[in-house]
Amino acid sequence: MGVLSVLILIPLLSAALLHFAKNDRVAKLFTLVSTLVTFGVSLVAYSQFDAGSSAFQLNEKYEWITAHNLSINYIVGVDGMSLMLVLLTTFLTVIALIGTWNSQSKQIPNLMALILLLQAGMIGVFCSLDLFLFYIFWELILIPMYFIIGIWGGERKMYAAVKFFIYTLAGSLFMLVAIIWLGLEAAKVTGVFTTDLMKLLAVSRSLPLDVQNYLFWAFALSFAIKVPLFPLHTWLPDAHVEAPTIGSVLLAGVLLKMGTYGLIRFNLGLFPQASINNASIVSTLAVIGIIYGALVAIVQTDIKKLIAYSSVTHMGFIVLGIFSMTREGLQGATIQMINHGLSTGMLFMMFGMMYERKHSRQISDYGGVAKITPLFAIFFAIAMLSSVGLPGLNGFVGEYLTLMGAFQSTVLHSWWYSILSSTGVILAAVYLLWMYQRFMLGPVTHESNRSLKDLSTREIVSLVPLVIFMIWIGIRPMNFMNVTASSLNALSDSLTGKTEQPKSDYQMVAPKVIVK
Amino acid sequence: MKELIPYITLAPLAGFAINGLLGWRFKNKQIAGIIATLAVTVSFVIACGLFSEMMAAEPEHRAVHYKLMDWIAVGNVNVGISYLIDQLSIIFILVITGVGALIHLYSMGYMKGDPGYARFFTYLNLFIVMMLQLVMADNYLLTFLGWEGVGLCSYLLIGFWYEEVKNGDAAKKAFIVNRIGDFGFLVAMGVMLAAFGTLNYAEVASSAASLGAGASVLTVITMMLFLGCTGKSAQIPLFVWLPDAMAGPTPVSALIHAATMVTSGIYLVARSNMLFALSPTTLTVISIVAVCTALLAAIMALFQNDIKKVLAYSTVSQLGFMFLGLGVGAFTAGVFHVLTHAFFKACLFLGSGAVIHAMHHEQDMQKMGGLKKYLPVTFWTFLIATIAIAGIPPFAGFFSKDEILWKAFSQGSPFLWAFGAIAALMTAFYMFRAVYLTFFGKERFDAHHHPPHEVGASMSIPLIVLAVLSMGAGLLGVPEILGGSEKLHHWLEPVLGRGEEIAASSLGSHGEGLEIPLMIVSVVIALIGILIATRYYKQRTTLAQNERKLGGLYKLSYNKFYVDEIYDAAIVQPTYAASNSFLYKVVDVKIIDGIVNGLASTAGVFSSLMRKLQTGLVQNYAVMIVIGIVVLIGYVLIF
Repeated sequence: MGVLSVLILIPLLSAALLHFAKNDRVAKLFTLVSTLVTFGVSLVAYSQFDAGSSAFQLNEKYEWITAHNLSINYIVGVDGMSLMLVLLTTFLTVIALIGTWNSQSKQIPNLMALILLLQAGMIGVFCSLDLFLFYIFWELILIPMYFIIGIWGGERKMYAAVKFFIYTLAGSLFMLVAIIWLGLEAAKVTGVFTTDLMKLLAVSRSLPLDVQNYLFWAFALSFAIKVPLFPLHTWLPDAHVEAPTIGSVLLAGVLLKMGTYGLIRFNLGLFPQASINNASIVSTLAVIGIIYGALVAIVQTDIKKLIAYSSVTHMGFIVLGIFSMTREGLQGATIQMINHGLSTGMLFMMFGMMYERKHSRQISDYGGVAKITPLFAIFFAIAMLSSVGLPGLNGFVGEYLTLMGAFQSTVLHSWWYSILSSTGVILAAVYLLWMYQRFMLGPVTHESNRSLKDLSTREIVSLVPLVIFMIWIGIRPMNFMNVTASSLNALSDSLTGKTEQPKSDYQMVAPKVIVK
Repeated sequence: MKELIPYITLAPLAGFAINGLLGWRFKNKQIAGIIATLAVTVSFVIACGLFSEMMAAEPEHRAVHYKLMDWIAVGNVNVGISYLIDQLSIIFILVITGVGALIHLYSMGYMKGDPGYARFFTYLNLFIVMMLQLVMADNYLLTFLGWEGVGLCSYLLIGFWYEEVKNGDAAKKAFIVNRIGDFGFLVAMGVMLAAFGTLNYAEVASSAASLGAGASVLTVITMMLFLGCTGKSAQIPLFVWLPDAMAGPTPVSALIHAATMVTSGIYLVARSNMLFALSPTTLTVISIVAVCTALLAAIMALFQNDIKKVLAYSTVSQLGFMFLGLGVGAFTAGVFHVLTHAFFKACLFLGSGAVIHAMHHEQDMQKMGGLKKYLPVTFWTFLIATIAIAGIPPFAGFFSKDEILWKAFSQGSPFLWAFGAIAALMTAFYMFRAVYLTFFGKERFDAHHHPPHEVGASMSIPLIVLAVLSMGAGLLGVPEILGGSEKLHHWLEPVLGRGEEIAASSLGSHGEGLEIPLMIVSVVIALIGILIATRYYKQRTTLAQNERKLGGLYKLSYNKFYVDEIYDAAIVQPTYAASNSFLYKVVDVKIIDGIVNGLASTAGVFSSLMRKLQTGLVQNYAVMIVIGIVVLIGYVLIF
């Protein structure tokens, strides 16, 4: 068994083992150990990965549902982009677990099991190279998230959980149809119904353009809901507001990236021509989302809602970068996925820490808190500045590259996308600084807040690694982007016509294991 | 010396890291101040060494490149943390680290006893690091890093005493207004990449030169860069943050909001002189905006009573002068004024800080008066700096301001000169008004209970050094017509010469032989301003209640033309209202989410209709079966 399967199996098996956990403390410690091991294994995967190659690596293939005219297999493998997202997942799960260690008290073993199930699903999504397998992991994620929101959520948790579930499920069904359609098209050519991404790549690109177009939108709809792209975003604020902290952290930190990951891997990969043709539509929605999300964020009085709308803005930058199809845009988008995971994850986690102390999400219930909890104020300021996109921190690198990518894009062919998006830079300062000011600065407005405790050692331990990565990515971004460079550059070059053979960007080195 | 270049920025960075991580644990608070001041002094010493080495070298071999490390290399965005130390940047480095070290020294006294002492020096060192990135960068992106970095430090330091609401407001305003400018900078970089595929200063300049004058892409780039400058360097329409920024501790006002950060815009234009020289449209816009800013801010400064506010508007006005120089293609003159202004305005701010210190945090000049005898050092240094800014020869301000005015006349138009001259007249007036209100006349405060006390050595040494520089720095640019050698011109010629030539050739030159007469006129104008101030504020003490009799002009000036109120009513409030009551409450909640929930409830309605069929009564089902059979048989029989 290869390293990627181990990565998926550890959380799955651990989730099952949690059934035998005697008490909450054991369950939590066991989960922590499990996620730490998973993180360690993901580092092993990283060490075995050859960043110089644009091919999928660490591949594994096991036969699954096969007949003479049917070939659905368990195929996993990673390129630079998916490897980075796997690392983000394994890293952020550990951090979120430590950061929210004491925030829940009911049904801990169940919560831990669901988190592990979620983690397995996320890793699976990023590693699957078979569309059917991908779809299974994609849908698998809905179940734990549904329960996490529905059981451990806030006052309107059922509304939010059901909305989250049905909204994203409805989108995914279009994708399911598209996957079956592609499989049938493959059957027409080769006589075998297959959902193997590598084989479909050859099929999809030779389909008639109108069919490509339908399929493009079927995939795009499902991913756009997940991102979320304007105007499909309204499930997000509800889900975030009601979700418990760990749910928000993983939702913002990792789950949204499944959408942008899908856009790159499947929309750009399978339907390059349709992607080029539709780039201006998707980019327009992204630009609207950037500005709209920011304007709506300004007026929020609920901190979690504000951060949720800021996600709409940030994810808009990522989508814009993706559909610029330039090297800058695609690499910027990918690093921005990591950045958003770190900075928004940290904002949600820190606010969760404050929520545990004060039990209010309203900005007006705070004020002058910096005086009472100075350490909290410093860490929160760093997360905020990272989210604002201050040069020297991580957020800038991604935002800047996506904007510069859009400027140079021959696909979008207009400066207006990036000029309008750049106003998001101004608006981000408005909503975040204003929130910070009302939350942290000024005189203490509520005497009861004077008893708020500053960060505990455990909380600091969970935040310091995030800060380290924020500064590291801000100053030495190439340490991270070199991992994703080969595969994304190859994709960009094939899309923008710099290389002649469009298939050269997706190759597989021979799978390690083939079990018949 | 070359291998020491990185330590210019690494020394203050180390100071920042040490004070930031350990500052709160120092038993003796003063250690933080000592570390920070030493760090900047190290930078200054290295810069001096570099400077002397450069002076010894041939002009064309003076520029030094130094690559510290890679930063971003993706596609066309290929930039490192790489420095370019040439004749232009070394001047700024010397000012930043030199004046910076003096102000650090001054702060050690000024901030004594403040609970945030270590935090203050942490921010101050970070500022020096960022400011140095800005001027040392060999590419636009690294400059942008510094550009935003100094904006952050400015934010942190304006809001240093964050428990007061107005400080937080001022800090936020500064950051956001600056971000509007940064938007311009971002767009400019995007267009550069799209047009030239590079962000390196030298490469952009040579690509621009190959396009020729007036190319529209150059106009876009330069206009967008200038938008960035209006933010950072407080020009119309984005100057509004600077007066509010005075909420920060006074040394911050001196260092960031007078001597260094606010001159970044001038640096950026001078650094990109080739681009601007090739964009005559932008140059025209710059000179008009600049002269309007110089005049408007001077009017606003006329009747301010807060001593720091006077200096703040004065700074905006002086920045206008600098841009006027740039706008008429006299890049050297602009840089020259940056240099002299750094000395006299830092001196004025530190002097005002000494006054405020002595007056126990009173900033209202109406409540001062007669401080001359209590604060002799402060008085004399303040007076020297005031004479310098008023433009009396041979003090520093005269030479730099006069060069700008002369170029505004000869390469611009008589109107630019005339408006500039009026602004200069007002400058002389309001500065002397401030001197008289503060240091002369009756004491309008309770001297018995709280006698004002002169500052200690750590604060007076910087004052004296800066006063000396305010007197002498003009010698660097004595015009040839007065028998000077224009040292600064020759020094900067390899960097700015080509751009100046191109600009001069497109702007033309007129008014030959008028240089001396105009010079005399401008001195006379300054003297008139001083005389008016003397008449009304020294011979008799005119206070606010008398000034009010001036009516409309006073009201407009005192209330700063209501610019803040207009911005608030025209931009801030409508944006908020539209976002809140339309975008959020209608579009998002009612329309978008309404459709989503509407779809769900529609499905609900249909299914509840269908559910009615499932009554659970077997009789009903039997009836349905019978009806179904009848219908089916009927269908078969009839058709």
